[in-house]
Amino acid sequence: MKQLFSREPFALLAFSVVILAMPLWLTPLGANYPDLLQKFAIFAIFAMGFNILFGLTGYLSFGHAAFLGVGSYAAVWSFKLFTMNVLPAIFFGVAFAGLFGLLIGYISLRRSGIYFSILTLAFAQMCYNLAYSVLTPITNGETGLQLTLQDPRIIDRAFAEAGAGLPETNLFGIDMSGYPGFYFCAVMLIICFFITRRIFNSPFGLMLRGIKSNQNRMGYTGFATRPYTLTAFVISGMFAGLAGSLLAVTDPLAGAERMQWTASGEVVLMTILGGVGTLIGPMLGAWIIKYFENIFSSFNNATLENAFSFLPEGLRTMAVDVSSLFVGEGWHLTLGVLFMLIVIFLPGGLMEGWRRLLRRFSGGGGGKSETAPVVQPAE
Amino acid sequence: MDAILLQFLNGLDKGGAYALIALGLTLVFGTLGVVNFAHGALFMLGAFCAVTFNKLLSLEQVVLDETKKTAWGTATEIRTPYIESWFGELGSFLLDYSVPVSILVTIPVMLLIGIVMERGLIKHFYNRPHADQILVTFGLAIVIQEIIKHYFGANPIPQAAPDIVDGSANIGALFGLGDNIVYPWWRLVYFGFSATIIASVFAFLQFTTYGMVVRAGMRDSETVGMLGINIQKRFTVVFGLAAVVAGLAGVMYTPILPPDYHMGMDFLVLSFVVVVVGGMGSLPGAVLAGFMLGILQSFASMTEIKSIFPGIDQIIIYLVAVVILLTMPRGLMGREGVMEE
Repeated sequence: MKQLFSREPFALLAFSVVILAMPLWLTPLGANYPDLLQKFAIFAIFAMGFNILFGLTGYLSFGHAAFLGVGSYAAVWSFKLFTMNVLPAIFFGVAFAGLFGLLIGYISLRRSGIYFSILTLAFAQMCYNLAYSVLTPITNGETGLQLTLQDPRIIDRAFAEAGAGLPETNLFGIDMSGYPGFYFCAVMLIICFFITRRIFNSPFGLMLRGIKSNQNRMGYTGFATRPYTLTAFVISGMFAGLAGSLLAVTDPLAGAERMQWTASGEVVLMTILGGVGTLIGPMLGAWIIKYFENIFSSFNNATLENAFSFLPEGLRTMAVDVSSLFVGEGWHLTLGVLFMLIVIFLPGGLMEGWRRLLRRFSGGGGGKSETAPVVQPAE
Repeated sequence: MDAILLQFLNGLDKGGAYALIALGLTLVFGTLGVVNFAHGALFMLGAFCAVTFNKLLSLEQVVLDETKKTAWGTATEIRTPYIESWFGELGSFLLDYSVPVSILVTIPVMLLIGIVMERGLIKHFYNRPHADQILVTFGLAIVIQEIIKHYFGANPIPQAAPDIVDGSANIGALFGLGDNIVYPWWRLVYFGFSATIIASVFAFLQFTTYGMVVRAGMRDSETVGMLGINIQKRFTVVFGLAAVVAGLAGVMYTPILPPDYHMGMDFLVLSFVVVVVGGMGSLPGAVLAGFMLGILQSFASMTEIKSIFPGIDQIIIYLVAVVILLTMPRGLMGREGVMEE
């Protein structure tokens, strides 16, 4: 099974099927509405990109949300100035994020460890603060950058007159709201997965892992590590830029709060939760966090009363009181607790938990003995 | 000239807060080797100690006075805080001075919280990578923050300084520089307070035997342990001390900035920058960098400077951090071999 899975076309095919069928298999979980599905795909891209830097190369960036923000702003500007077609928007989002990545990475990568984290944090906070204050002509400050009726949109105007209302983002005529938007993001996710997989299996990826385990030794063997780390940084920034521009594609609005350091913290969390340095871990982490964010924050006391209705009166009020701490407004508390538990007990994230389970079953013998010999040689 | 002096003063109280938080961070890092992202939450908890204390003191007794009628024909409510009806003069004194008096409550509370936190959580992370430490304490900070938000709400809760220092000091007249320099008393108090705390922490480390052992432990905890000293226990106490320092910084800051649940995080990010600029593991560096960045920030918010470099006040701290880290790899006063893998 595992050897079959490692074959390129098969892996890609299986992955594509799983992603494109998301509206189907998420239905029983109550998560099959397009808004949430789009977020699943977008944040999976974000976390995957972050993982290339943190998981493979070992640099913990605390300012990755800056690229997300830059991507969003660039995409919205492309909508405003040129056309509502999403392809140029994505191109600009990725390109600008890449440029920012080159600049910030060139400076920040001179230091490693916590110094690197602080430098990236400093740059991201600078972007955030400037977006709120001085750069208001570009970012529209607190209101956030939006489409208006006065936008030039020169390419669109060359072909057709401006319509009455605000136009929708589209891909050659297909509106990018609802399910088409999700499928577009899903295709992007599949492409990103393909790229990430190639990076993981390439000599370049091996080099990055070498840098993670011991940068000095890599230096001694004659590799200049800086170009490798910088490339990883830029790639991961471009992934974030892509995610940011997709956010703008599904909802053409960009605000500075996307760049705040809490947003950077969130992507770190997703990656840790899923499993640092694994291929699909960060994606799983992103899904779980976005899922819980949607589900938990929509709970209120009435739903809790319903859920605990099988308990006797006194116990029920107690259960509702305690659990109401964790849902609705307080879902961040759940997030924090979950986060701590993962870091304390399962530092490798969900993927490590999965491996442990596999090992237990394969070690336990008995009924699973047929699969065990297949799994072990592949390790 | 007046404006410059005023900005200098402005920077002192903010710098004092940065310095106190950064001092605690550095103490923890220097002794336990743990990067504590929950330190800002301790600052916030301190502030909420003051809030709780004030709330307890101002619990009111409601007496209905039937002889006086309000415009609606109901009896007038006369509200007196219990503490005033019990202790009279002393009660109203306590109520007025609730912020400084709450220090007495805060010290044991924060010491306890710090020690519980160290024994319960941080202890298990001594030998884990720094990234794990950052992440778990970050999670803890979120948890503390959300609990506070649940009980106190999301809005800032203003706290009043004692009446006697409520107004502004005419500093100019005091030093014979004209009447233009007027400055709130409480901010001066805060600066004096933070300077006192910093001085006493240094004195504790420098002039007591306990402090000497701690300093020795910071250099080489293994050797100290071999000499038969339970260095771990002392480090736990130091963690508690750092929590107390952060808590006190929070208590006294409440009249300047009404506390809300995310004030800790706001200060933590800046304080981390301060620690790194000062040099990881260097106590004087942390204090120096704290005051330096506080003062620089207030200078950058002068209109004259803002008109030349728009937006500079928003980014000055980060800008300075970037420049210092790139030119001085270990920060201002960092020691060799700290945090360098």
